[in-house]
Amino acid sequence: MSVPRRRFLLIFALVVLVVAGGVAYFADSDPDGLDAVTQRGCETVQTQQGEQLRGDCIAQHTTDHALSEGPLADYAVGGDDRFTGVAGIIGALVTLAAAGGLFWGLRRRTGER
Amino acid sequence: MQTTTLAMHMSDGLLNAQTAVLFAAVAIAGLAVALYKARTDLDDRTAPMAGLVAAFVFAAQMINFPVLPGVSGHLLGGALAALLAGPWVGALCVSIVLVVQALLFADGGLTMLGANITNMALIGTAAGYLVALALRRFAKRSRAGLLTTAFVAAWVNTVLASCGFILEYAIGGAAGIGLGAVSMAMIGVHGLIGIGEGLITAATVGAVASARPDLVHLLRGTREEAVR
Repeated sequence: MSVPRRRFLLIFALVVLVVAGGVAYFADSDPDGLDAVTQRGCETVQTQQGEQLRGDCIAQHTTDHALSEGPLADYAVGGDDRFTGVAGIIGALVTLAAAGGLFWGLRRRTGER
Repeated sequence: MQTTTLAMHMSDGLLNAQTAVLFAAVAIAGLAVALYKARTDLDDRTAPMAGLVAAFVFAAQMINFPVLPGVSGHLLGGALAALLAGPWVGALCVSIVLVVQALLFADGGLTMLGANITNMALIGTAAGYLVALALRRFAKRSRAGLLTTAFVAAWVNTVLASCGFILEYAIGGAAGIGLGAVSMAMIGVHGLIGIGEGLITAATVGAVASARPDLVHLLRGTREEAVR
């Protein structure tokens, strides 16, 4: 109990921002476990329309995301993935606001206040 | 320039429409229960921490780590959130992350949101928490016990969440790839991803426990009603 609660929460928030805004640049860009499995049997080829899957795999049945033109789509800013860290910080703050707001609203109000 | 998309969750079209609707219903039912039960674990002290746990899961999910040549993995976060904030709040944390990712970052298809929530926020969180609950006496006894509990809970959370996908694929997968091959591949790769998930979860829960053990839900006084 050595760390005061406010200071602890502040440090935790800073860690979140550093991970979302900085460490994210070091993320492995290979497909994750799920994507790797759904892409089995296909190979990725570069075309004028971007990357496409050739062969026979589960992922070929997927469609583009309905919001794939969004300003933060694919954790970039306007399609520029040099700003992944900015996208990450925005995402972390939006998540904090949504979750924090919900949990603060749901909390049991006992004792003071 | 490399144009890899950073999709981490199930994309639209992976499951047929009926299966998507079925798991949307499962997700809504699960979230309704979680919303109702979460109140017990939220007060002036724990609510801000729970909000930060959600933000941390979002940030940590961005960090893909290598697990095999050409294959990466990332935290799912259900066990982490449940150990820190309790199972009901934890399920809501992961769900909010998935909603933010789908709406803002085009990650995880909108029609697959129910399936993604079912796998990672409901199945993963429940599995991780139940394992941690079974090991709680061990976790409370020593630091090594806590770290081991967090690791095992997180590993089981990852593997069982991947089994959620297998179930959904079996019910209404979009392609004719054999279920056996998909199952073996999913469980195999998530057994490896689970090691990373376990290390991140143990490190995070361990760090919070050293600074503020009262903010680790699992270490709080026996509250059996949180289980029911």
